[in-house]
Amino acid sequence: MVELVWLIPALPLIGFVVLLLAGKLLGEPRAGWIATTAAGASFLVTLMVFVGLLGRDSHSGERSYELILFEWLPSGSLQVEAGFLVDPLSVTMALFVTGVGALIHLYSVGYMHGDPKYSKFFLYLNLFLFSMLMLVFGNNLVVTFLGWEGVGACSYLLISFWHHRDSAATAGKKAFVTNRVGDWGFLVATFAIWSALGTVTYTEIASSPAMTAATGTAVSLLLFVAAAGKSAQLPLYVWLPDAMEGPTPVSAMVHAATMVTSGVYLLVRMNNVLTDDALIVIAVVGAATALFAALCAVAQHDIKKVLAYSTISQLGFMFLAIGSGAYVAAIFHVITHSFFKALLFLGSGSVIHGMGDEQDMRKMGALRLAMPITAATFIVGWLAIAGVPPFAGFWSKDEILLAAWEQKNIGPLLWVIGLITALLTAYYMSRQVILVFFGDQRWDEDAHPHESSWTMTIPLCVLAGAAIVGGAINLPLVKDWLVLEHFLEPIFNDPHHFSSGTITKVALAVISVCAAVAGISLAVLSWLTRQISTDRLEPDFLENAMYVDSTYARVVDGIGTSSFQGAADIDKRFVDGTVNTVGKLTMRLGRLIRPAQSGYIRNYAVGVALGALVIVAFLTWGLLL
Amino acid sequence: MGAVAVIELLASQSASSFPVLNAIILVPVLGALVVVLLPNSRPEMMRPVGAVFASIAAAMSLYVMAQFSSHDAGFQFESIQSWIPALGINWHVGIDGISLWLVVLTGLITPIVLLAVDPHHEPKSYTAWLLLLQAGSFGAFLALDLFLFFVMFEIVLVPMYMLIGGWGYEDRRYAATKFFIYTMAGSALMLVAIVSVATLSAGEQGITFDVVELAQRQALSTNTARLCFLAFALAFVIKVPIFPMHTWLPDAHTQAPTAGSVVLAAVMLKLGTYGLLRFGLYLFPEASVWSAPTLATLGVIGVIYGAIVATMQKDLKRLVAYSSVAHMGFIVLGIFAFTTQSLEGGILQMVNHGLSTGALFLLVGMLYERRKTRAIEELSGIQSAAPIFAGFFTIVMLSSIGVPGLNGFVGEFLVLIGSYETRRWWTIIAATGVILAALYLLWAYQRVFHGEPTATDEATPDLTLREGLTLAPFIAGIIFLGIYPKPLLDRIEPAVDGLIAHIENHSDYERPSPAAPVIVDHNQLSGDDH
Repeated sequence: MVELVWLIPALPLIGFVVLLLAGKLLGEPRAGWIATTAAGASFLVTLMVFVGLLGRDSHSGERSYELILFEWLPSGSLQVEAGFLVDPLSVTMALFVTGVGALIHLYSVGYMHGDPKYSKFFLYLNLFLFSMLMLVFGNNLVVTFLGWEGVGACSYLLISFWHHRDSAATAGKKAFVTNRVGDWGFLVATFAIWSALGTVTYTEIASSPAMTAATGTAVSLLLFVAAAGKSAQLPLYVWLPDAMEGPTPVSAMVHAATMVTSGVYLLVRMNNVLTDDALIVIAVVGAATALFAALCAVAQHDIKKVLAYSTISQLGFMFLAIGSGAYVAAIFHVITHSFFKALLFLGSGSVIHGMGDEQDMRKMGALRLAMPITAATFIVGWLAIAGVPPFAGFWSKDEILLAAWEQKNIGPLLWVIGLITALLTAYYMSRQVILVFFGDQRWDEDAHPHESSWTMTIPLCVLAGAAIVGGAINLPLVKDWLVLEHFLEPIFNDPHHFSSGTITKVALAVISVCAAVAGISLAVLSWLTRQISTDRLEPDFLENAMYVDSTYARVVDGIGTSSFQGAADIDKRFVDGTVNTVGKLTMRLGRLIRPAQSGYIRNYAVGVALGALVIVAFLTWGLLL
Repeated sequence: MGAVAVIELLASQSASSFPVLNAIILVPVLGALVVVLLPNSRPEMMRPVGAVFASIAAAMSLYVMAQFSSHDAGFQFESIQSWIPALGINWHVGIDGISLWLVVLTGLITPIVLLAVDPHHEPKSYTAWLLLLQAGSFGAFLALDLFLFFVMFEIVLVPMYMLIGGWGYEDRRYAATKFFIYTMAGSALMLVAIVSVATLSAGEQGITFDVVELAQRQALSTNTARLCFLAFALAFVIKVPIFPMHTWLPDAHTQAPTAGSVVLAAVMLKLGTYGLLRFGLYLFPEASVWSAPTLATLGVIGVIYGAIVATMQKDLKRLVAYSSVAHMGFIVLGIFAFTTQSLEGGILQMVNHGLSTGALFLLVGMLYERRKTRAIEELSGIQSAAPIFAGFFTIVMLSSIGVPGLNGFVGEFLVLIGSYETRRWWTIIAATGVILAALYLLWAYQRVFHGEPTATDEATPDLTLREGLTLAPFIAGIIFLGIYPKPLLDRIEPAVDGLIAHIENHSDYERPSPAAPVIVDHNQLSGDDH
């Protein structure tokens, strides 16, 4: 059944084409249902492909199937095919991309109700899903880049969906341009790999001999630049908080559950070329991003901004895992995160929807009574992200912390940073839950918060279920229960193994649970029971995200704009000025010698006579010599 | 007398095969004559009649494309007639993988713009000039005789000068004069070089202006060849244009009527890059290799500099013009990297740039027709008023930015991946152009299409059916070439490989041997169930 892989991206593409041609005609809600059907069908086909893959022997390389559609860029020795690669990694990614994606499509049917561009929204969503699936299933770097850029373009279109708002338009552009910095890394990495290995196809790269250390590290770091752009790591994260300008389902799908994990996917896919030197850099940047973003999340007031910084922080965790060599842990966290973060975003969307587009948590409170389903599911998401066992997030986060602990060079330091981040995560998420759903009612009487329609609550319930039991795909309790780890094993030349003994593992797990409890307690004491003064818990420094973004903005607006303007001025004054000066000088020279053409025959006669004299003189002089 | 010559030219080979390339050049000329003879009282007939002739030429270019043998590295459909025997000058035309797609592009673009863009006044001379422009461009791409090429290369200046000067905008006279004199000045030295090459290569075999013959002889001393190359290069550098010889372009583009801008971008700029390939690399392989670092550097500067200056433009047409400088810079880098991928990518990029930038100029022209302005700051929120127009613009913009799946990517990607082999640091810097391209186009798009529309913006009408049909071939090409450029690449490759081999034979350049991928047995990997 794995041969059906082409259908997985084809279905949302068909949805896109149908909506492109007849979206306006179909209107609400039919356009939404068509898109949702396409996404759902894509999920079903992915399940079939998954089952087909499971039916194959897990050893002897049989769980790797390539489907070549046609030659895309054949040029000399470069052969780039439009082809798909079905293997455990791509199918794992596709399962949650289509699964969570379909749920978010369903949710949007209700959420986008009444929007004048209803059908266009679903058009973009389907195109996004198509691109994401090309990214995941591409059998070479260039097809992945097609998806990579496709999701970037869709992200641009979706962030600036309400384009009459300047902030939305600016955020969309910022996302695209910042991502392009990463794309530069992707492109140059591709060139270097082709130059060194003579191929861009994943299976061939995996079986190629290692590149030289310098090339390998350069390639690894370039790939990380690409990943840092797409997955919002320091210093390229700045576009993600602003991306919240898009409709909330977009934030859930594109900017939390799927697209932003593609950087993680890329590095895991290329695990065979990553060098140890580069891995340390990745681990350090990941850990730093995790801590930085968690600190920023602490002081946000916008319900979606908290989740945005939380996403950056969790992505940092994933890169920490990669940098520690624990690729399975990274993918594990990608999956559980996609469940609980999609849940949290959709829950926040339900809150915003119910509150009549209010996003400021200071104007919420006690909403559990008005929206019980949203509140209950949101609480599940909170427990999952906070790392409370047995919810999904606990298991994946714990594995990452263990991997960080075992990192060869600076393991304990990475672990401490990870632990502090975990504590902060539990704290800021608890703060959010308390501010939104508990405590005093801080909204006006005319806000009329209400529970959302079934198309919105069903996805919440499904995702909540996944966030509760999602950890089961890779339970470390018994070796045979590490389903994900065994499933993904074929994609690694050299699978990672944890070396710590059981006592260490249990001790680390207990400490991380303690951190979660401490974070939650701190939030309860300060925000619910108000036993700790909250006056200094939201410093401006953190609320403004340590002024990184505003500094960027100042540099871009200041030096950036003035140097660009300087170049434009040079072009006008100097480069073009020189051209015009040459023209003017020629004109002036012409004017200078024009009097010679006086029109009087006597003047010309003198000229002729003088000329004749000169020639005669010249000739005689020549003869004399 | 002219008519007799035409008949002779067409009939000369009728015994063996129809000289289709001659016909391609002459049909638009004939069309121009017919249009001129049409009665002035029927202005509405001018453009349709002209379009018929332009379309016949287009159809013939498609016929050549269909009949073109993709395995042949040499010239096809060759036709040769003695012209000035005493000097060894012939009417020699032929087509290969390097010129094929430019000829097809020239063929298709002209009838479209002729039908699509209303000149508003004097349709007769407008139509005639456009047809002559098409003929001259065909001639320049097909000429295999230096003298013939020079004539064609210069002839195209006249109709473009007339189009800018006669149907352009407020500063049209300044722009037209600048365009004419600047490019003319460049080709003056080329004429000297042409004569020098022909006379100095004469030897015992006699004088010839034949490009193929001269390329084989390679009779010049190294220094003479370098000097001649520089004279040729100057003409082409101005035409492309390459930094710092580019400043005629923004003026010409901005002031030209829409049809002029489209043809200028899609066809005429390609004369420069085509010339570098055909008369630079082919005639002077050693000098090309010698000058490659400099020219590649100028190309890369163009990529970055063009994009930076584009960002700050206040006029939409100027912005697109500077984006051309950036895009053409990629092509120049590809040409002077001398690898199969970089050259193929460069040639593909010539076609792609023609489609994307041509469509951008059409779109900006349509916007001008509606609003009588090209100033970015006078427009806002157009997407709310004209969503379909905005959708077309978005596709073309994404193509120009180089988003994969659309045509802009395939050319740029091949140029860069090929150039990385021989010009690593140039490529790494040029690749930053992808960031800047997103910056200037998206920023302009945001200011023009996003935001709150004013009452005037609100009244901007959306795309008409006629305009949609005009843009449709461009969009189709943009998508098709993005997904399936193979038919083009297959036909370009033999010629490119032949050219690289020619350079290797006549200089110390050796193309890098590609790293060999480890062969993986797909059958074993994917199991046996196909």
